[in-house]
Amino acid sequence: MKRTLISMAVAALAAVSSGANAADPSAVKIGFITDMSGLYADIDGQGGLEAIKMAVADFGGNVLGKKIEIVSADHQNKADIAASKTREWIDQDGVSVIFGGTNSGTALATSKVAAEKKRIYINNGAGTSALTNEQCTPYTIHYTYDTVALANGSAKGMMDKGLKTWYFLTADYAFGYALEKDATNVINATGGKVLGTSKHPLNASDFSSYLLQAQASKAQVLGLANAGGDTINSVKAANEFGITKTMKIAGLLVFISDVHAIGIQNAQGLLATEAWYWDQNDQTRQFAKRYFEKMKRMPTMVQAGNYSSTMTYLNAVKAAGTNDSDKVMQQMRKVKINDMFTKNGYIRKDGTMVHDMYLYEVKTPSEVESPWKYYKLVATVPGEKAFAPEAYSKCMNK
Amino acid sequence: MEIFGLSSSALLSQLLLGLVNGSFYAILSLGLAVIFGLLNVINFSHGAMFMLGAIVTWMAGQYFGINYWVMLLLAPIIVGLIGIVIERLLLRHLYQLDHLYGLLLTFGLTLFIEGVLRSIYGASGLSYSAPQALSGATDLGFMILPNYRAWVVASSLTVCFATWYVIEKTSIGAYLRAGTENPKLVQAFGVNFPLMTTLTYGFGVALAAFSGVLAAPIIQVSPLMGSNLIIIVFAVVVIGGMGSIMGSIVTGLGLGLVEGLTKVFYPEASSTVVFAIMVIVLLFRPAGLFGREK
Amino acid sequence: MKSPKLWIYLAILAVAIAAPFFAYPIFLMKILCFALFAAAFNLLLGYTGLLSFGHAAFFGGAGYCAGYLMRDMGVGPAGGIIFGVIFAAALGALIGGLAIRRQGIYFSMITLALAQMFYFICLQAPASGGEDGFQSIPRGELLGLIDLQNDLNLYYFVLVITLIGFLFITRIISSPFGQVLKAIKENEPRAISLGYNVNRFKFLVFVLSAALAGLAGAVQALVLGFETLTDVHWTMSGLVILMTLVGGVGTLAGPFVGALVIVLLEHRVGEIGNFLAQITSVAWFNSLGESVTIVTGLIFVFCVMAFRRGLVGIFTKKQ
Repeated sequence: MKRTLISMAVAALAAVSSGANAADPSAVKIGFITDMSGLYADIDGQGGLEAIKMAVADFGGNVLGKKIEIVSADHQNKADIAASKTREWIDQDGVSVIFGGTNSGTALATSKVAAEKKRIYINNGAGTSALTNEQCTPYTIHYTYDTVALANGSAKGMMDKGLKTWYFLTADYAFGYALEKDATNVINATGGKVLGTSKHPLNASDFSSYLLQAQASKAQVLGLANAGGDTINSVKAANEFGITKTMKIAGLLVFISDVHAIGIQNAQGLLATEAWYWDQNDQTRQFAKRYFEKMKRMPTMVQAGNYSSTMTYLNAVKAAGTNDSDKVMQQMRKVKINDMFTKNGYIRKDGTMVHDMYLYEVKTPSEVESPWKYYKLVATVPGEKAFAPEAYSKCMNK
Repeated sequence: MEIFGLSSSALLSQLLLGLVNGSFYAILSLGLAVIFGLLNVINFSHGAMFMLGAIVTWMAGQYFGINYWVMLLLAPIIVGLIGIVIERLLLRHLYQLDHLYGLLLTFGLTLFIEGVLRSIYGASGLSYSAPQALSGATDLGFMILPNYRAWVVASSLTVCFATWYVIEKTSIGAYLRAGTENPKLVQAFGVNFPLMTTLTYGFGVALAAFSGVLAAPIIQVSPLMGSNLIIIVFAVVVIGGMGSIMGSIVTGLGLGLVEGLTKVFYPEASSTVVFAIMVIVLLFRPAGLFGREK
Repeated sequence: MKSPKLWIYLAILAVAIAAPFFAYPIFLMKILCFALFAAAFNLLLGYTGLLSFGHAAFFGGAGYCAGYLMRDMGVGPAGGIIFGVIFAAALGALIGGLAIRRQGIYFSMITLALAQMFYFICLQAPASGGEDGFQSIPRGELLGLIDLQNDLNLYYFVLVITLIGFLFITRIISSPFGQVLKAIKENEPRAISLGYNVNRFKFLVFVLSAALAGLAGAVQALVLGFETLTDVHWTMSGLVILMTLVGGVGTLAGPFVGALVIVLLEHRVGEIGNFLAQITSVAWFNSLGESVTIVTGLIFVFCVMAFRRGLVGIFTKKQ
């Protein structure tokens, strides 16, 4: 019993000691929380943090006359950790803006906390379009991509190529459904047809069964409404079973890190919609080269988005002359975003950052000149067409 | 001909695919059953050992250029040795205690091994290709079966049968079975029991690693690849009867078939159907299909 | 012998009351919820000898139930929590009723299987929000009087509930009912031969344990304002086993200490890593922050090998 008392005292000390630094509310302190060690660590993770650090350094390290600080944490794909950490950062550590990463559940929970405390929340990496619809807030910005933009990119791109019939392999959870639904809407609207779908449990290792069903449907396109390891395994199996000979595969959520992991042998011919690719132009290549020196990998669109959104935020703070959330949000909505990430991007009232999306096809092994140069451009979908029209948004602050 | 809305060829092809998965379950649960039967340890790290088999194969190919065929033999040996080290250093102190501690220890080991490898190699995984001789596919008429998958079924069944034969029909196996029933008596007869337990654990783990080598060309080699399978394999072992060798093999294959069918008719439930089966089986046959209650 | 103990309890109470002024309230409330969860689990494991692998079903299930009632049906916090507990108890009766029929590892596996099926239901059901989680659970006002939006009010509310939960568990353990549980744990055949309807006792304690776990889950949903699939996943069941093990199986204070350690770990591993790096000048510790799983794994291994009686068990003389 005595020892329980002691351990409680120790705990109290521990809890107190970490909140010890006095916070300066007028300085800009950036909080970055994402999946650092789990399934999505390669998409955002440490690389995302590095991108933010690069942006702060490129900006000059100071804004409003004070040093910019960065704190980061791993939410381990747990919404309660993300939300509690965010709360604590705001209440105790004077964090002025939260950058969120992968995992939709954590993004939604964090955006709520941020809005409650009137802090800006910028998300790069979560796909859920609920962030800018039913669950939008005046302080949330959904920057890099959402499920609608991905679906529009892939579906429109394929339809333009004359491939009209689809079969979906859908991960059996909300995100998979959203991808499938958004794509189906586009397909139906442009005169195509969905011949069937197979829903598979999340993290299924073996897709052979579903792929055979897909093949039997004789659809022209196999749409992968899943992500991460599921997409990778689906593509591998599709090659093994010769599906790639009769169907085109459209990955609805594919990152360049996935393509790298699949290997060019198996990934060739895969179609993917991305918001950004490191080999697009000189500006992107320059950024990518610097990033590569630090991380030894090429940046994904999410990591690039982290850099760009940090710059956009800091520029807005400088222009507004304050880090007050309302004024900064107002400023961010005023300007067009022209940087290494996009040209003429802009932030809408519902929080969507509208920018062009690109449909890429993975090159064949002989076409790949050096590692990571995996994509060739198939189509560009202009921002206004890629994202859901503002009028349809279920967000209340329009 | 249509059965339940599926053409007979479609049904056959799904069953065949189910058999492929079933082979994995069979070998994995075999190793688990062997370990539980003799050591009374619920080896939660079995999934991690499976993963190690795959990763070691990848590493050998990547860093040393060692090919698949060698790794089929080498990977199980390497991982088996790792298993022996774990048994010697950690597990053997827990035999007299409740099942719980063996389970928790191996669970902790799993987290540790997976965490370390994940921090080195990332979670997206590494690509490994099947050897030339096994690539390509055969047209069976009702479906096109990749040759590699046929190989998986053939080699798994061979290993399973060989293991069963050794355990049930040879004198070494007899010692093992005797040790399961009555360790003290076996020791009294002069058999080096500690050595037997060590080798058994190593063997069980090696089986898992063998399965991992087989899996490497099919599933993306990732540090987390074992954690998706481990609970299902547990369920298979429990359904089959925790110490029963034949039980694990039969149940593993059977589950593969059932899962295959589920994927056609109610795919969302294909990961969960094994649990429903487990509950039903345990309620009617307390020690599993082939087990004997201790 | 009562007086010193009484003073110690009062001292702990004083610390608990003063705590939110020194440490972050949400963090403390999380610890309290997990402590209650672990204590409920310990009732089953430490005092009756039953290892359940599926306790997350009760924890998360009650959270979803309470959340749904509070957000979509307009029920207040008190009502939400009560219904959450009832839900957990009912689920406990269902799972326990089936699992009790078997013993040892088979009992545990049935709890796991049924919890997995419950997880599947939560995943599929649109009402749960699936991967997005069940968001925006309002805190509301307690009985229309106390505004729970205020973190301090909420903290004391949670503290009271946790204390009630702990006291209830203590009463169970020291009652004749609790004695029979201990007898069952020590030697079940003997308890049967003494004429006790052992299955009835096991069933009852299972339901109680489930209900208390549900209490913890419902309260956590209220505190955090959302409920996600993490809380019904088997890794959450594993986490509560770890907390109980680290704290000390079969001790009263063990679950609390275990919960404290684990929550601290999850939230602070990055800072602990940096701290360790500073004092030992070993740079690798800095990257510990990325490796909650590695550290958790090591703790498991360490606890099982060297530390079986747990932090509290190690200091109390007898078991």
